[in-house]
Amino acid sequence: MSDIVTGQDQVRTAHPEQTPEAPATAELPMAKALNAGLRKALADDPKVLLMGEDIGPLGGVFRITEGLQAEFGPKRVIDTPLAESGIIGTAIGLAMRGYRPVVEIQFDGFIFPGFDQITTQLAKLTNRHEGTQAFPVVIRVPYGGHIGAVEHHQESPEAYFAHTPGLRLVSPSTPNDAYWMIQEAIRSNDPVMFFEPKSRYWPKGTVDFRASVAPLHSSRVVRTGTDVTVLGHGAMVSVLLQAAEIAEAEGASLEVVDLRSLSPIDYRPILESVQKTGRLVIASEAPGFASIPSEIAATVAEKAFYSLEAPVLRVTGFDAPFPPAKLETQYLPDADRVLEAVDRALAY
Amino acid sequence: MAEPRSAVQLLTPEGRLNTDGAAAEYLPYIDALDDDQLRQFYRDMVVVRRFDVEAANLQRQGEMGLWVPSMGQEAAQVGSAYATRAQDHIFPAYREHAIAMIRGVDLIDIIRMLRGLTHGGWDPKQRGNFHLYTLVIGSHALHATGFAMGIALDGDPTGDPDKDEATIVYFGDGATSQGDVSEAFVFAASYRTPQVFFLQNNHWAISVPVSVQSRTPLYQRSEGFGIPSVQIDGNDVLASFAVTKRNLDEARGGTGPRLIEALTYRMGAHTSSDDPTKYRSDAEVASWAERDPISRYETWLRSLGATDNFFENVKTEAEDFAADIRRRTLELPTPDPALMFDHVYSEPHPVTEEQKAWLADYEQSYGGDA
Repeated sequence: MSDIVTGQDQVRTAHPEQTPEAPATAELPMAKALNAGLRKALADDPKVLLMGEDIGPLGGVFRITEGLQAEFGPKRVIDTPLAESGIIGTAIGLAMRGYRPVVEIQFDGFIFPGFDQITTQLAKLTNRHEGTQAFPVVIRVPYGGHIGAVEHHQESPEAYFAHTPGLRLVSPSTPNDAYWMIQEAIRSNDPVMFFEPKSRYWPKGTVDFRASVAPLHSSRVVRTGTDVTVLGHGAMVSVLLQAAEIAEAEGASLEVVDLRSLSPIDYRPILESVQKTGRLVIASEAPGFASIPSEIAATVAEKAFYSLEAPVLRVTGFDAPFPPAKLETQYLPDADRVLEAVDRALAY
Repeated sequence: MAEPRSAVQLLTPEGRLNTDGAAAEYLPYIDALDDDQLRQFYRDMVVVRRFDVEAANLQRQGEMGLWVPSMGQEAAQVGSAYATRAQDHIFPAYREHAIAMIRGVDLIDIIRMLRGLTHGGWDPKQRGNFHLYTLVIGSHALHATGFAMGIALDGDPTGDPDKDEATIVYFGDGATSQGDVSEAFVFAASYRTPQVFFLQNNHWAISVPVSVQSRTPLYQRSEGFGIPSVQIDGNDVLASFAVTKRNLDEARGGTGPRLIEALTYRMGAHTSSDDPTKYRSDAEVASWAERDPISRYETWLRSLGATDNFFENVKTEAEDFAADIRRRTLELPTPDPALMFDHVYSEPHPVTEEQKAWLADYEQSYGGDA
């Protein structure tokens, strides 16, 4: 497995929420915000465990767990053998024992050896137990492109899991959401898959340690507009905001919705936005066939048919394997591809 | 490759106690049992075999979608089940009916699963820590290992075998080819889990013989992972009891995991959908019938003084048990369709709630008798 860390900020941050003179906010990259959120979860609940490959002394290939094993010990932050099915399967047993395992999958494309344990065991065990046993397992998955990596290191496998009843899926787009959402995911009594946009690990943002901005399973308008609603999650949100800036200069007003939760989907803000704009463009890095954008497009067509002025359009990765890194900019939706779809929507 | 060791056998197929060699070191475990305990082994083997016949009949009469017979494997299961302690956690595959009964599962709950009324059937915490059946071969080996990792994380063993916990996971010869079983060996060995892997080698994975799963004796497999192992005559209830008792108590005391390979035979079909006449010979089945776990044990109990009266009583009890299962099977209610939605998640979920309400309205729209 590759040891890829791009654009990392090696400055060790203090952990302001744990010091007496803790400031209310801090400028942190998402990687450090996740680290702080995991530290808080470990400190708050002795049943929380971190498990994964290379998460101990190394701190994970993206350094998300940096320093945590030194602080909490090898019984709370567990370096595992190199076996994804084994990691998920033993996390299930630990959950039966009363622990709350937080599993790190090293890269998106390496989750599939654990697919069976996730979909046929973890997702179904609450149902099989008819409510007598909860399975509070969090599976952290660094996902997506824009990092120039080799095959299997830039994929967006969310839809496989969104299709599986029994799982919850969320994806933060900002350091602040990352800090809060990881803690909320760990507190959930259901299995939560936590998709981390690895291309957004290192840009800084303001983390407010006092309160989260929204519940875990809510979508949220992050920029208001009037002409077209554009929707996405994770790294795509920054692309949509960039597109909205460009569009504004060109005279079009985009409303940007951050999906945040991929399963369940919080439709209320989406439908309210579409009722206002009449147009919806959904963007995602994953291939578009049988995808989360497809699902949302179908639901919006059912529930907001009379509000729509144009067909719901999807801007996605192509239905081809994620390409070699030198071609990824042509594969991944960027602001121009989003704006091309916005223009088509406005042409109706 | 290590030289194969002979399987531990305390009771010969002819019903004589074996006091030679490896058997000798296990005999103290048998000497510690009183007459009632020894007779309970027999009673349970006979009752579960009669239950198995009744359930197979119910399936043939259309009362169950499927039956999974355990006939022939009673000794491996009854002996090892009595070797567990109250605080232990048992992770079965799906043929461990005798162990279920001994740990306190009402066997009608197994019928409920195979009749298509539930995917689970019981709360393990209320049923002797006997966990739910797992139908995907080998997956539960990792759950047992993770649970045992949790036992180890909770604290070091106290040295009191009545307090220290362990897990035991049951799986078959086919399962040893699954990656999850090998991964369970890796994790168990690395974290020195208090755990016994109990491998029932019944020689057939549906229609595929064990020789296709492994070219080496299966008990040797775990040793490559650093897990000591022992092979036993799985049709010998005394060997199953004594060897499991020792290995579980050693594992709970902190020695790390162990593996027991019990050589046994699936006398019936894999399931009621199977036809074993297509892939194995009558002569092979007959040769295993001569090694039947119940008849050899009956011979031995008679040599200890058990009389016809005892055996007649057990037979009556087994008949009553089967009749009771038949009566209760026919009375089992079909669950409310809401069951589909109620426990998909343990916390409220908008999609399942919406669909549950929709289905109720839909059924109501034409009188609820769809």
